[in-house]
Amino acid sequence: MKFMKSLVVASAITAGFLANSVQAGTLDAVKEKGYVNAGVSGKVIGFSAPDAKGNWTGMDVDFARAVAAAIFDDPAKARFTPVAFKEAFTALQSGEIDLLTRNTTWTFQRDTKLGLEFVGTLFYDGQGFMVKKELGVKSALELDGASVCTQSGTTTELNISDYFTAKGMTYKPVVYESADEATVIYDTGRCDVYTTDTSGLAARRTTLGNPKDHIILPEVISKEPLGPAVRQGDQQWSDIVRWTLFALINAEEMGITSKNVDEKLKSNNPAVKRFLGVDADFGQYLGLSADWAYRIIKHVGNYGELYERNVGPNTALGLERGVNALWTDGGLMYAPPVR
Amino acid sequence: MQGLIDRKQSLYCSLFFGFGVITDRKSTNFCTATDSMADRYDRETDKTKRSMLNDTRVRGWVAQALVLAVIACVAGYAVYNVGQNLHKAGITTGFGFLNDPSGFDISQTLVSYSGESTYARALLVGLLNTMLVSVLGIIFATILGFFLGVIRLSPNWLVSKMAEAYTEIVRNVPLLLQILFWYLAILAPLPGPRQALNFNNWIYLCNRGMQIPRPVTEAGFGGVPIAFAIAVIFSIILVRWARLRQQKTGIRFPAYPVSFGVVVMLPLVVLLAAGVPVHWDVPALHGFNFRGGITILPELIALWLSLTLYSATFIGEYVRSGIMAVDKGQREATFALGYSPWLTYRLVIIPQAMRVVTPPLISQYLTLIKNSSLAVVIGYPDLVHVFAGTALNQSGQAVEIITITMAVYLTLSITISLFMNWYNKKFALRGF
Amino acid sequence: MAKQWKPAPSRPSPETWTGIVGWLRINLFSSPANTLLTILGAGLLLAIIPPMVRWGVFDAVWLGDSRAVCDSSAAAGNGGACWVFVKVRLDMFLYGFYPEPERWRIDLMFTVLGFSLIPLLAPDFFRTGRSQALVGGCGVAVVFLLFGALPAVFMIGYTFAPFLFERVSLWHTPQQIQAGKRSAAATGAIGVFAVVAAVYWSVRLAGVETAALPVSLSAGVLSLCLLFFGRLGLLVWRWIFLFCVFSVFAFFMLVGGILGLPEVETHYWGGLFLTLVVAGTGMGTALPVSILLALGRRSELPVVKTLCVSFIEFVRGVPLVSVLFMASVMFPLFLPENVTFDKLLRALIGVAFFYAAYMAEVIRGGLQAIPKGQYEAAKALGWTYWKMMGLIIMPQTLRLVIPGLANNFLSLLKDTTLVAVIGLLDLLGIAKAAMADSEWLGFTKEAYVFAGVVFWIFCFGISRYSVRLEKKYHTNYQ
Repeated sequence: MKFMKSLVVASAITAGFLANSVQAGTLDAVKEKGYVNAGVSGKVIGFSAPDAKGNWTGMDVDFARAVAAAIFDDPAKARFTPVAFKEAFTALQSGEIDLLTRNTTWTFQRDTKLGLEFVGTLFYDGQGFMVKKELGVKSALELDGASVCTQSGTTTELNISDYFTAKGMTYKPVVYESADEATVIYDTGRCDVYTTDTSGLAARRTTLGNPKDHIILPEVISKEPLGPAVRQGDQQWSDIVRWTLFALINAEEMGITSKNVDEKLKSNNPAVKRFLGVDADFGQYLGLSADWAYRIIKHVGNYGELYERNVGPNTALGLERGVNALWTDGGLMYAPPVR
Repeated sequence: MQGLIDRKQSLYCSLFFGFGVITDRKSTNFCTATDSMADRYDRETDKTKRSMLNDTRVRGWVAQALVLAVIACVAGYAVYNVGQNLHKAGITTGFGFLNDPSGFDISQTLVSYSGESTYARALLVGLLNTMLVSVLGIIFATILGFFLGVIRLSPNWLVSKMAEAYTEIVRNVPLLLQILFWYLAILAPLPGPRQALNFNNWIYLCNRGMQIPRPVTEAGFGGVPIAFAIAVIFSIILVRWARLRQQKTGIRFPAYPVSFGVVVMLPLVVLLAAGVPVHWDVPALHGFNFRGGITILPELIALWLSLTLYSATFIGEYVRSGIMAVDKGQREATFALGYSPWLTYRLVIIPQAMRVVTPPLISQYLTLIKNSSLAVVIGYPDLVHVFAGTALNQSGQAVEIITITMAVYLTLSITISLFMNWYNKKFALRGF
Repeated sequence: MAKQWKPAPSRPSPETWTGIVGWLRINLFSSPANTLLTILGAGLLLAIIPPMVRWGVFDAVWLGDSRAVCDSSAAAGNGGACWVFVKVRLDMFLYGFYPEPERWRIDLMFTVLGFSLIPLLAPDFFRTGRSQALVGGCGVAVVFLLFGALPAVFMIGYTFAPFLFERVSLWHTPQQIQAGKRSAAATGAIGVFAVVAAVYWSVRLAGVETAALPVSLSAGVLSLCLLFFGRLGLLVWRWIFLFCVFSVFAFFMLVGGILGLPEVETHYWGGLFLTLVVAGTGMGTALPVSILLALGRRSELPVVKTLCVSFIEFVRGVPLVSVLFMASVMFPLFLPENVTFDKLLRALIGVAFFYAAYMAEVIRGGLQAIPKGQYEAAKALGWTYWKMMGLIIMPQTLRLVIPGLANNFLSLLKDTTLVAVIGLLDLLGIAKAAMADSEWLGFTKEAYVFAGVVFWIFCFGISRYSVRLEKKYHTNYQ
């Protein structure tokens, strides 16, 4: 008996020590631990990747920093955990991460069947193909019979099957557990084609031995809205994350940047004043302070700044704004008003 | 009396959760130490009525009931949590998803499969791929292992040391590392399909794998399998007859060479008689890749090669210890009877050694099958990669898929274990 | 004078059968077939060894610190290895992404571990207290020189406390319990509890709250051993210290978060360091669990037996990869919402329980080999089950099964590479990550050969050590 009892007590103590029990609301839990833990993909340059010193950079990372800034007024209070897509759901569900921002495609099944809740689109993308220049391929329609490297469990893997079937072509799938492996293997010549989202292709190309030997084909074969996701069932938390995204877009639309945000506080535009919390406290409905949007823009910048800094034409990825431009510029970026 | 004591003793042995002293009175009759606690305690308990708490059987049952209760609680809590978590996330449970179309393609399929096939079909494809690489690995590891075991006992110093060095190097390096080494460091740098190593326009080796011709049968080929079947049946009868005759008369008949000849020749004769109704589908470069023939994926080659080389070192050790376990007198007696070394090995040493070798050999086979799951790191589409990897990610049914995967491996293991028990019983030394 | 007969001195054996020529003749050229084998073998060696040595040693690039050195060497037609690649990334291979200013903590941990393992692994050489004190003294000096005063203070306590504990081992309680006085047991239990409580509160009051529980628990185990087990030898105390004190020390050194040490999250851990952590904790946890499982399997209580048998058979029937997948993907679902287990911890639990099942079978084999008389004698003395097992049966069993256990340790060490499958960056994972670095593409062979050699050194060491132990105990158990 004594043995059993001590066993039970010991295991209870161990469990209590190791387990990190958190209260029901994610916001309260986050405030208590003092940081937002974001699940990121880890090695996609321009979205989330640590540099040589271990500092994280990228769109996804900056988005998590924006959430941290809205809550704590301190973007440094975001921590990053690399998660494989396979573990993403369990990691969210168990509270290991508070927020999944790992350039994940928003799809019907993931939103409904897999228990994720997508809050919006951070980056509109589509699947493309990368091939070696020396093959002389100019279009995806010339890829009949090619070996295609891709990552398992992605929408990519499904799209490519659809695409080749629809075009009446064949291909040889070569599928790996991680995108890193798939890239390395593609570089050895095991495959003719590497396929993933075009932004991912641009990012991956920079890590190849000779990036200039590879071209990205013009075809975009799918819709890949990449967006942050949270776990289902915590409305307040998903509102916070969703409106962080909208705040970034709205700020760009209103011309508020991290440089001029302090001047804009004195603006006469009622929409800007409302947005920055000068004469209205919209933050309270999110459980945040009145200047939540000001904090985001002050520390992280608006959507345009995020884009230019991480994936824009002047970065290694060199992606034009394209569909990711504001709706006023003919793009798809459109956020509901703060009102 | 002795039997009774034995039973009691074993009962005490079984006191898994018992504490304190042994209290059963009957046990004192062989406690010679007069001052032993049991004795004293017994004297004391004579006065009072013995408490139920001190009865070992009661204690045992209470302890078991507690263990069971704790386990039931933990399991129940876990199941409850799974239910809660999945319910909250709105994930549907159950095995219905197996009938949904999977939507993904697989690089090596032994049965027809496409993106429109179901998850259940993907499971089958993965299982067959696992079995393919396991069977290939088992066959070649056994051959290489026996070879290693025998030459390690060879009187030739150089050769036996080489075998030892090979064994010590290969088995002390993690298998996963060897798989990756073969795959990434040896096979991946091979030239691309356009510069493939060409063996006589017949076989090609490149970083897409090995391309070999595929025999395509034409009309009139049907006689060959029939001839083969007849030859096999004839051989079985021949071997039995030869054995019976030897037992009766002592006259040997070379049954094995003759049956081998029949099994090879008969189908060949039928084939030639039918005018060789077979042509070869030779691989040829077409666009990006080779078309035609059979493609052996580099993933399969790497996995098969490393499983074979790694497992063979263990099999070699078992064979060596098995042969060493055969009494020296056996060999000397056989030589004294004038047997050739080959017959000595085949008729005396190997049959006896096999009794020692078989159990660890079979468990090595089991290990090999389980090790084939390392395929996941190089993308060979085995059960774990296809089903516990891709299918899990696409369907999100983690609990169901991991359960099915484990159940499949368990079934494989248990089947082979049962076979092993049967084999052991059949070939164990009589009288032991 | 009769001629005395003297036997002629025996002639030396023919020259062709002695010396080098004789040895060659007997071992290499005894028959035509053997000669052929020798020639074939030598040919094979000549075909394999020289190119390998040339690649790995003579043509290899050893000096320099950038890729350009290797590229220029390759351009000059030298097809050798580029060890500069390994040299530049050596820190990565050893420590993974562990922050650079904190790496001394890992060094300290392994230094302490090394010095505490020396007397334990070679008990023949360090039987006496004096020799152990000598090793301990060296350890303290090394720690002081390399890491400063505070770690040295810990090292002094850690090395020399076992001497104290051995001297003061309290005979009183065990004797009293032996004499049937249950009150002694109660007093002892209260004493242990008091120690736990006192340590707990004093550590809390000292302001190191997170450490209070583990430190007080380890103090509790120490006092339990002190009070309830009569005399324990010096080496036994060292084992107890390794499991109780060192494990707590190592945990806080590596994780940090107390005494001003910054916390290092486990996803920064990697390299050889992570491999050794997984292997070490795996072995340390699997062994006790496997003993319990083996005893449970031999138990005659049907429920316990069934549970143990089904656990063992289940685990032995499935691959470790699937167990790790289960630990990483499925296990969190078993926990209530918002309760998290670290990923590394989940992998550790998976590895430890997987190997516990295998080791339980080895131990069961040993248990079956213990003569029945041993059990009967212990029971005739009126010993309880646990006392009989702990003092009579288990010591004999463990000695019998050393080779089997060593084999399992070996497989465990090799199988730590599998944690790379669930995304932890052990030595192999780091090697893979290093290969993917765009600055250093194309050095796959070097990375794998390096990782392979490191693993080989460890595994070969363990296997030789187990052979030595086996010879020492003259056991033939397989």
